[in-house]
Amino acid sequence: MPGTLIYAEVQKGEIKKGSFEVASKAKELGGDVAVCIIGKGAEALAPQLAKFGADKIFVVDGPEFENYVTEAYVQAFAQVAKTVNPSVILASATAQGKDFIPAVAARLGVGAISDSVDLTKAGDKVVAKRPVYAGKAYAMVEAVADPQVIAVRPNSFSVKEIAGAGAVEKVAVSLDASKIKAVVKSIELAQTNEPDQTEAEIIVSGGRGMKGPENFKLLEDLAKLFGPTATTGASRAAVDAGWRGHSYQVGQTGKTVSPNLYIACGISGAIQHLAGMGTSKVIVAINKDAEAPIFQKADYGVVDDLFNVVPALIDEIKKVKG
Amino acid sequence: MNTVVCIKQVPDTETLIKIQGAGIVQDGIKWVMNPYDEFAVEEALKKKEELKAGEVTVVSLGPDRAVEAIRTALAMGADTAIHIADAAYAEKADPFATAAALAAAIKGSGKAYDAIFMGKQAIDDDSAQVPVMVAEMLGIPSITMVIKFDVAADKSKATVTREVEGGVAVVEVPLPAVFSAQKGLNEPRYASLPGIMKAKKKPVDVKTAAALGVSDGPKTVVKEMTLPPAREAGKKIAGDDAAAKAKELARILHEDVKIV
Ligand SMILES: Cc1cc2nc3c(=O)[nH]c(=O)nc-3n(C[C@H](O)[C@H](O)[C@H](O)COP(=O)(O)OP(=O)(O)OC[C@H]3O[C@@H](n4cnc5c(N)ncnc54)[C@H](O)[C@@H]3O)c2cc1C
Ligand SMILES: Nc1ncnc2c1ncn2[C@@H]1O[C@H](COP(=O)(O)O)[C@@H](O)[C@H]1O
Repeated sequence: MPGTLIYAEVQKGEIKKGSFEVASKAKELGGDVAVCIIGKGAEALAPQLAKFGADKIFVVDGPEFENYVTEAYVQAFAQVAKTVNPSVILASATAQGKDFIPAVAARLGVGAISDSVDLTKAGDKVVAKRPVYAGKAYAMVEAVADPQVIAVRPNSFSVKEIAGAGAVEKVAVSLDASKIKAVVKSIELAQTNEPDQTEAEIIVSGGRGMKGPENFKLLEDLAKLFGPTATTGASRAAVDAGWRGHSYQVGQTGKTVSPNLYIACGISGAIQHLAGMGTSKVIVAINKDAEAPIFQKADYGVVDDLFNVVPALIDEIKKVKG
Repeated sequence: MNTVVCIKQVPDTETLIKIQGAGIVQDGIKWVMNPYDEFAVEEALKKKEELKAGEVTVVSLGPDRAVEAIRTALAMGADTAIHIADAAYAEKADPFATAAALAAAIKGSGKAYDAIFMGKQAIDDDSAQVPVMVAEMLGIPSITMVIKFDVAADKSKATVTREVEGGVAVVEVPLPAVFSAQKGLNEPRYASLPGIMKAKKKPVDVKTAAALGVSDGPKTVVKEMTLPPAREAGKKIAGDDAAAKAKELARILHEDVKIV
């Protein structure tokens, strides 16, 4: 039965969590679940996907896939998609997914649905719910024809272990090298063990109220208490002031995040900031201005000076953890 | 260097959105050029100035009012424009149909171009698809999320820096190609008063989708629009002082949110 084909993304030698999330969800939507994993060294990673519902795993591996180059990856994936002939194609809307998915769709002559936060089944169609107008509204979107190509915002679905048949097949794709024109000259990644903000389950974020770069240490200390799935973020005001690098910025011009817990410290809650974190499951705001708009979005609000609240919170959490 | 810049007119981010059917109420909206497209226009102008030659052509799909955004780009310094003024097509257009119309207009203009600049995403549909799809349809490479753009003196290739997860990548690509602009690429200029005066006389070629031969229609359809459920304005945590509030917050994170 034509089911779903998932694009599994490899980063730094590991499969992205978002790829497991969409695989878990695909099983729930019904039909067979096939996965296509592309990357140098992907073969060794492929078996992991069976645990998350993959019935069939297509592996495209080789030195030519060391770095992500849109054209090479799209050619390879399109070849797999043509043999699988799925009714749905899913990928995680990571930085790479956002580049990859529209190219795949156009190559297959169909449309794509970006950055969905929920998927439901209506007959043969998958209805994707996605935020539009910076999260001020949701659109329910459907593709008119198969394959229905959909990207899903990371952290929208939980990873569930569901056994799949997990048959691994290595695919030899034939690349038209003359079309692969872009060359990656170098990649510079920040050296950090923290998860990327888009994947983090907990984000402790700071804004102009942090007063200066040195105070972000407080937020880092708090984040560390939440474990390895936590990281820090920042508002544009904090980034523009040079207190944090741009990669920390959450919002319309920064990252779109959807963690289980978002703690906004000294952030007013401008619409452009909310656009980036409005789909967080639980929002906590710490701000000394009771009228700050962030309190209208926050599940829990603390009206007080963050420089008194955050250190006390760190102590209290240490106590709770024992 | 000859460039094409695709710009979209969108509601200003501060605009209050009201739903009507599967769309939004159009009245009372302040329309602006998509902020990322300002970066795209600026980069095209900078390259023209740097290489002291070339023409910047603006292309936009949208109803009649979109001409205001086109005039803004012309006032910033763009030379000519194509307005696919087709309210019926634009209203239904998804990213695919939009890309099809833009690609047809670019091809149909017969203009030679070295690069096409666009924004990384339009802040109304937030789809971030059109640049990649236009490139696919024109059969040229696309590089998204560009924060630095350098072009070789002979215009044969560009070396760009793009944002990737956790860092940046430097990519070299032969021209022509499509580039989508991310914040950080440049600081867009304001239109000067003489610029605004001059813009009024610059040519805007008005086309319909049918005249461009695009009839495919959208490949995705918005069935319904909803407003997010009003998040019950949060519980304010009570307490005599910051320490008491922090203690209660820690309890909530532990017992209710179950995160600690
Ligand atoms: C096109 C466009 C795109 C944008 N994109 C983004 C984006 O991606 N991300 C983003 O964040 N913004 C973005 N912005 C900017 C946005 O409009 C706001 O200016 C920005 O979010 C404000 O940051 P802030 O909340 O840190 O600062 P402010 O609005 O200045 O708020 C600071 C808050 O800190 C509180 N505070 C001060 N001291 C303390 C203290 N000691 N204890 C507790 N609270 C304290 C204050 O009460 C205040 O509420 C964008 C704007 C535009 C026009
Ligand atoms: N109707 C349009 N007219 C011209 N350019 C557009 C249009 N829609 C999208 N674009 C371009 O594509 C970019 C990304 O838009 P989107 O894929 O809709 O998020 C925008 O920043 C524009 O540069």
